Amino acid sequence: MKCAEFLHELTNYLDGVIDENTKVELENHLSWCHNCYVVCDTTKKTIEIYRDSQLYELPEDLRGKLRAAIMTKCQQHKKRGPESA
Amino acid sequence: MGAIQNKLEGPVSDELTLVRAAKQGDDSAFEELVRRYDRNVFRIAQHITQNREDAEDVVQEAFLKAYGNLQKFQEQSKFYTWLVRIAVNEALMKLRRKKPERTVSLDEDIKTEDDSLPREIADWSPNPEQQYTQAELREILSKTIQGLPPGFRTVFVLRDVEGLSTEETAAALELSVPAVKSRLLRARLQLRERLGRFFQRRENNGDGNRGDGNQ
Repeated sequence: MKCAEFLHELTNYLDGVIDENTKVELENHLSWCHNCYVVCDTTKKTIEIYRDSQLYELPEDLRGKLRAAIMTKCQQHKKRGPESA
Repeated sequence: MGAIQNKLEGPVSDELTLVRAAKQGDDSAFEELVRRYDRNVFRIAQHITQNREDAEDVVQEAFLKAYGNLQKFQEQSKFYTWLVRIAVNEALMKLRRKKPERTVSLDEDIKTEDDSLPREIADWSPNPEQQYTQAELREILSKTIQGLPPGFRTVFVLRDVEGLSTEETAAALELSVPAVKSRLLRARLQLRERLGRFFQRRENNGDGNRGDGNQ
């Protein structure tokens, strides 16, 4: 397996949607190709850092205001009838 | 190296019960759906629009649109996937209004050349995020993802931040599964490369380790 082929399968590998034979080939490649090992490892970290970052969390007070506004507008919509969707 | 686990929560059948009750006119059921997904919609919207006020608008507009069109929801997909589709469209519309000089679409900046190997292959520090305060880290992550084309960051946020499956992402964005996979790979590799500027292992661990990246 070449580095380009490894890269092509990287997303499937990280997502765990890969057949057993390809997985063995990929891990064999990783065992000797340091560059691909680093790319794989740091890509995995990239995903984890974003997933765990709590970037753009909705603050509770704002959340309550938004929900109230949504439900008020829904009520108005209901009164006006479905043509105003 | 194990697979990345997705983090979607909430039983689907329960969701369908709420949707059916809401369709019958039960607003408290709809409010429960808002409660369940408002944080997700807000995150997605802010990732796409990169603007908090716009994200707030998108949350309101998306739920209102879902409410108004609830009878048209066919229950063939998950309500959440349907809602995400509405929210993504609303968010992209916001972006288009702000950047009328450029047509913003999910196809933007998607090049189809063969995959090329990443240029930067330096390893990272063992716990790179710990080199920074929470506020610094958020700033880095936010700036970094802003640099991606909307089509890339939308796929990344749905798949990797919100934990939608490839198929759900494809359905929400009306893209093919191979297109989602291709964009996801590019998004992940671009983010990895850009974050490397901040997280790279440095031989000299002294001053200058904060890696401000000269953005």
